[in-house]
Amino acid sequence: MQRDTGAQLLWDETMPGGTQWSGVLRRGVTLRLEALLAGANASALFYNYDDKIERYNMPDTLKAQHTAFLTAGHVCYSDMGRVLCSITADSAGWNDTFCGASDDALLLKKYGVKRFQEHRNAMHRSAREGFLKELSKWGLGTRDIGANINFFSKVTANANGALTFHPEHAHAGDFVELRFEMNVLMVLSTSVHPLDSTPTFAPKPVRLAAWRSGVVPADDRCRNSCAENQRGFVNTERYFGA
Amino acid sequence: MPEFVQSKLDPAAALIDEICAAGEPWSRTIRCGQTFRILDLEGNQAVDTLFYNANDTEERYSAVDTIRHQSNLYLSTGTQLISNDGNALLTIVADTCGRHDTLGGACATESNTVRYAMEKRFMHACRDNFCAELAHHPEYGMDKRDIAHNINFFMNVPVTASGGLTFQDGISAPGKYVEMRAEMDVLCVISNCPQLNNPCNAYNPTPIRLLIWD
Repeated sequence: MQRDTGAQLLWDETMPGGTQWSGVLRRGVTLRLEALLAGANASALFYNYDDKIERYNMPDTLKAQHTAFLTAGHVCYSDMGRVLCSITADSAGWNDTFCGASDDALLLKKYGVKRFQEHRNAMHRSAREGFLKELSKWGLGTRDIGANINFFSKVTANANGALTFHPEHAHAGDFVELRFEMNVLMVLSTSVHPLDSTPTFAPKPVRLAAWRSGVVPADDRCRNSCAENQRGFVNTERYFGA
Repeated sequence: MPEFVQSKLDPAAALIDEICAAGEPWSRTIRCGQTFRILDLEGNQAVDTLFYNANDTEERYSAVDTIRHQSNLYLSTGTQLISNDGNALLTIVADTCGRHDTLGGACATESNTVRYAMEKRFMHACRDNFCAELAHHPEYGMDKRDIAHNINFFMNVPVTASGGLTFQDGISAPGKYVEMRAEMDVLCVISNCPQLNNPCNAYNPTPIRLLIWD
């Protein structure tokens, strides 16, 4: 696991639990997401900032790498066969991408009502509502929400396909690092995972920190983890004329 | 293990009874309460399928909402196909195959370069069928942006407890079918998968039969 020792920090920000964020991560920048408390979840969507109809594609990401979850060494593919970002570090070892995001109906059913009027910013906020608010700022909306990644969350399936959510998979201080291979619009929510088994709505804070990490070396772990990824990087480099 | 549930419906009484050739797109509206059957004529054919609320296509089939709603990865009898708004679009009411995939997505010319080889860019692919079908039906008001993650009827993509995922030989066979009841007016858009590079079609794409009953 590599840390950004010596690299110049571009910015950092702490997202309280249950909030949303969006921003642009340029090619050659690495973003660390750090769970500040056990049981954190960060639901994420990725778009090509320069052509937003190209976006993260869960099925293409899974089938190219023969995996049903994401961790260090994996990359996140767009629907155009290119690498949006690489997972260069992952201390907890599992990130879910097939369970989707919490929505208002789910929060109401599981946790009841908690409105702004009575609870101010401790109100219930779902990941889907967070996505919609952030996406609208970039000219996107409902049509643009595909399968997201739930960083720090682990869900496994048995032989019959039945799912198990693993509570508090991530511990305080666990982190994921994403190296961006394209100019990416990233949308994030720190609301709870949709299958979170905690009886109360208790989303956890996540710290973001970005720094310049430079060009991907030829011997890069993510690029070389399978022949598919080598071709994915070729497609990405062709797009940038590299 | 998968359960097999037969239908009592008579094909002779169907309103619609059509064949979709291997590698071709197909689309139709299925009215609320109608029953829709997809029949695998020759076996092990992957049928890439999208559903939309016919009256508001921003509401559409959502693979991840369907998975988390039933807390299960595989689709079979009893599965409600859930929209991005959390509503049931259709319910699977009969299934003689036993398991259908919704994690594998659709093949595309671009993803074929990643998965197989750069020169596979020029082979026919499901996403091109979806793009063409939407382009030829401007009344749908949709384009590439609306191509959500689909269902692969009859396709077998087992996930292991340790998180492995593989495309395996189908568990379908000639004459197997899946049948669903529409819970609202739905637009169905199909690509009868032309993939030649993996066992999802047993390397041999074949025709399917599509039936709708009142």
